[in-house]
Amino acid sequence: MNAKHIEHAVETTLTVNGAAVTRRVSARQHLIDFLREELGLTGSHVGCEHGVCGACTVRVDGKIVRGCLMLAVQADGRRVDTIEGLSDSGEIAELQHAFHQRNALQCGFCTPGMLIAAHDIVINHPDATREQVRERLSGNYCRCTGYHAIVDAVQTVLELKKSAPES
Amino acid sequence: MKAPPFAYVRAQTLGEVFELLETHGAGAKLLAGGQSLLATLNLRLSAPELLIDITRIPGLSGIKVADGKVSIGALTTHAEIEYSAEIAQCLPMLTLAAPHIAHVAIRNVGTFGGSIAMADPAAEWPACCVALGAEFVIASKTGNRRVGARGFFQGLYATDIKPTEVLTTIEIPVRERDYRSTFLELTRRRGDYAIVGVAAMARKTGGTLSDVRLAYLGAGQIPLLAQTAMAALEGKRPSAAVIGIAAQALAADLDPNGDTDSPPATKMHLARVITARALAALDA
Repeated sequence: MNAKHIEHAVETTLTVNGAAVTRRVSARQHLIDFLREELGLTGSHVGCEHGVCGACTVRVDGKIVRGCLMLAVQADGRRVDTIEGLSDSGEIAELQHAFHQRNALQCGFCTPGMLIAAHDIVINHPDATREQVRERLSGNYCRCTGYHAIVDAVQTVLELKKSAPES
Repeated sequence: MKAPPFAYVRAQTLGEVFELLETHGAGAKLLAGGQSLLATLNLRLSAPELLIDITRIPGLSGIKVADGKVSIGALTTHAEIEYSAEIAQCLPMLTLAAPHIAHVAIRNVGTFGGSIAMADPAAEWPACCVALGAEFVIASKTGNRRVGARGFFQGLYATDIKPTEVLTTIEIPVRERDYRSTFLELTRRRGDYAIVGVAAMARKTGGTLSDVRLAYLGAGQIPLLAQTAMAALEGKRPSAAVIGIAAQALAADLDPNGDTDSPPATKMHLARVITARALAALDA
């Protein structure tokens, strides 16, 4: 009875940046390879592929996850937001501006994941202290900046939100 | 690296899982949060034929408080525990331990039951469960059985769960109001594997500690209950002298392996340091 359900490739339907997508997906393919190779969304980066570096951070059903530690087939029925969607919608415009102003990137490899993790702080922890910002970004490696500029940029946006909560 | 090929099935019921486990034996692995499993697959440390995704099976997630105990569904995520008001009230040790688990994005997906079934010796939840006297509900085709946390962890990544069984619920007794607990862990960087950590609980009445429970992570092959140190503290006021005796007693209780950064003697020293801090927190 189960035989027909046990397969190496599975038809999977998910919503990516607001658009429904259906593909037959290899079970072994993780979400980031799916986004990059099947959908051409190359903003999500493949770094360590074992959950350490955070370059593959995306949002699934509104929560940040490691895209390399989730199979694409596991995203069936779920809503996935990538850096492309969050950037195009203007949702992270303030963070992008602050990163630019503060020189919070050099090579940019970590930046998409860093922005999504930072945006999660802005949405869910608007009162985060500098120490808490550092803790919540601890899962995202940056090998260029030394983090200070990144934390500065996130704090800039948190302060901005406090002084002008409508924006 | 990329994971080796495997088949995938999304189970709808536990009955279906039992059937698949029986058919595929050791070639099948359960996929819950996958935050350790997918890393081991990507590193090709593991090559199952079949992953059985149990995350869509109803009834395996959530936190309930009833009859003097907290029941936590195996699929409850680390983040759900971290932010649960019921857990903060009834089992504050878990609220303190949760932020030590990896990073935000991993806590959003990784599960309580998955961490326990994985039985990593440096993991936070197994030590908490041993300290808190948790019971694990393990389901199979023939019904449910219960195992205490201490009997459950049997060796490095080895537990009492048989290949045809599934951990479904963790039950933890709620203690009286005069119990206190804490959780401390040392790492080189936030979210790294613990060098050593302690889950501590005791009853404090009239300045003395009783029913002291000290369980250590990263200090042996399994989470270890420090019975000699606990006995040295029982009924005592935790003065500097008493804490010193308990800390020395840890030599009989812990058996730390060295890792790349910390040889066994360093780990033992650090275990004593956090023991003193934990006892000070319980006494505060």
